[in-house]
Amino acid sequence: MAQLEIKNVTRRFGDFVAVDDVSLNIEAGEFFTLLGPSGCGKTTLLRMIAGFDLPDAGQILLDGKDLADTPAEKRPVHTVFQSYALFPHMTVAENIAFPLKMARRPPAEIHKMLHETLEQVHLADKAAAYPHELSGGQKQRVALARGLVNRPRLLLLDEPLGALDAKLREEMQIELINLQRDVGVTFVFVTHAQVEALALSHRIAVMSQGKVEQVDEPSRLYGFPSNRFVADFIGHINMLPAQVIESAHGHLRLSVPGLGEILAPPVAGAAAGAQGVFAIRPEQVRIGEHGEISELRNHLPGVVTTLLYRGDVTLYKVKFASGKMIEALLPNAAAGRAELFEAGDAVKVGWRHDAGMFLHE
Amino acid sequence: MHKGSGRRGPWLWTGALTVYAFLYVPLAIVIAYSFNDSRLNAEWVGFTWRWYEVLLHDQDMLAAAGNSLFIALVSSCIATILGTMAGIAMHRYGMKVLTFMVLTPVAMPEILLGVSLLLFFIQVLNLTLGMISIIFAHITFSICFVAVIVRARLAGMDESIFEAARDLGASPWETFRYVTFPLILPGVIAGGLMAFTLSIDDFVITFFTAGVGVQTLPLRIYSMIKIAVTPEVNAVSTLLMLLTLTLILLASKFAPDVLKGKV
Repeated sequence: MAQLEIKNVTRRFGDFVAVDDVSLNIEAGEFFTLLGPSGCGKTTLLRMIAGFDLPDAGQILLDGKDLADTPAEKRPVHTVFQSYALFPHMTVAENIAFPLKMARRPPAEIHKMLHETLEQVHLADKAAAYPHELSGGQKQRVALARGLVNRPRLLLLDEPLGALDAKLREEMQIELINLQRDVGVTFVFVTHAQVEALALSHRIAVMSQGKVEQVDEPSRLYGFPSNRFVADFIGHINMLPAQVIESAHGHLRLSVPGLGEILAPPVAGAAAGAQGVFAIRPEQVRIGEHGEISELRNHLPGVVTTLLYRGDVTLYKVKFASGKMIEALLPNAAAGRAELFEAGDAVKVGWRHDAGMFLHE
Repeated sequence: MHKGSGRRGPWLWTGALTVYAFLYVPLAIVIAYSFNDSRLNAEWVGFTWRWYEVLLHDQDMLAAAGNSLFIALVSSCIATILGTMAGIAMHRYGMKVLTFMVLTPVAMPEILLGVSLLLFFIQVLNLTLGMISIIFAHITFSICFVAVIVRARLAGMDESIFEAARDLGASPWETFRYVTFPLILPGVIAGGLMAFTLSIDDFVITFFTAGVGVQTLPLRIYSMIKIAVTPEVNAVSTLLMLLTLTLILLASKFAPDVLKGKV
């Protein structure tokens, strides 16, 4: 039995279906992420788990028990809000001790747990400070500490890193991973930032328009998206309209208008004549001037039109003779500028026959 | 743009000064004449504390002041409790009708409120006019001021704070006790001080609801100036002004945003 079972949950606001018949199982100790664009229903789902909102249909079970009749304050579920929602009139210590006090823990125990938690989030020296005296990262850690101090069964995190700048966000991601591993509490994390979801989660549920599109581990989600939405939402991807010519011999022969015939890995249910797209990640596309590209099964001549130099990598936009474009992402591993192509360079574009995938319409 | 505003400058200053003069010169005169060593408000004779001493021995005046303080204290306390509840309800439920009904007395002509309360007390409640009716009347018009200030205080707050309290295990009462109330307390105090000030200053509504037995400070002053504006009236007005000013300053200290017009 999964720790949290979401069974056919639906939530409507007037005519708008915010969460549409969603079923998910979240295991104990898991770092589970609900990922999707704004308005996809992920926050509504989180609020129903927290108890701020109730499903119109379906059930939410925690450890096998239906939560429908348990108000938010009685659920062993705590939330870390996007705005942190620290109590401005309480010190860091008072904020963190609040859930312990509400749970009527004995003072000695409160003292002990408070200090352990303060140590854990490196805030021992800020115990007497008020929230407005803290930096964004510190507020974030207080919010986390306050949510975890009482060891809830679930910790819900609603875009908690959204308000931090890029560098701090990365540090907090590492802290979050470590913290979750140390305390062993199940995390349900909501975000629209796919990079964050990939970096943090054990499993991710990609949501769109109230429905779950795919639930999988980050690397499988990235490598094997089950549909065009997931492929497009997670990372960058080239998508070219394609039709299946033949499905045989452990590969798929595709006709891609503007590129001709290419080979792709086989997909279940892709019969000859099926319409869809050929999708390939930019880092799977290779470009070069000489022989090694020509040895690949899929290769075509093209011209570099633009490049975006990003330091660690360079993104090239390459145009085929037919006018079709493809993006290639190349690491800048070699010293100097030796490996860089310039706009206007004639190049060979290629990829391995087991790279990329055919996605149905 | 800059040149234009430079030309307008002197006119703007003159206009502003005129307005301030109209507001404050009469007050200054009242204060000045309360120290004038003459029975008449005509010419400056010399400095004296005499009128304040007269005031201290005027039994009617002291009784009126006592009544005013008592009424202000009781009505502002009750109005603060009810107004705080109204402010929270207005914020939480956002009902337009509710808000409108609570706020209408602010805009209602005082005389209308006075007359209608008088009729209500006499014809509906069958109440003998006196202390109780004045207190009821003062509560009625004070509630809306408290409610407005408390609501303004809540409006500036992150709603998720209250959700966080519940989420962390606080019952609705504990959420109010430990989170909501401490956060709105400055607004509650400011509202209470406003209610107190409004009550102690009120003339029109008190006039209609006081009946014959009870006199408040403003009523007493009014009955005195029917005869003549004596220096004693100046003295009591000065004291009243001082009290009001202190209370307003205190209130603005507790709820700076509201009274500085930022909300």
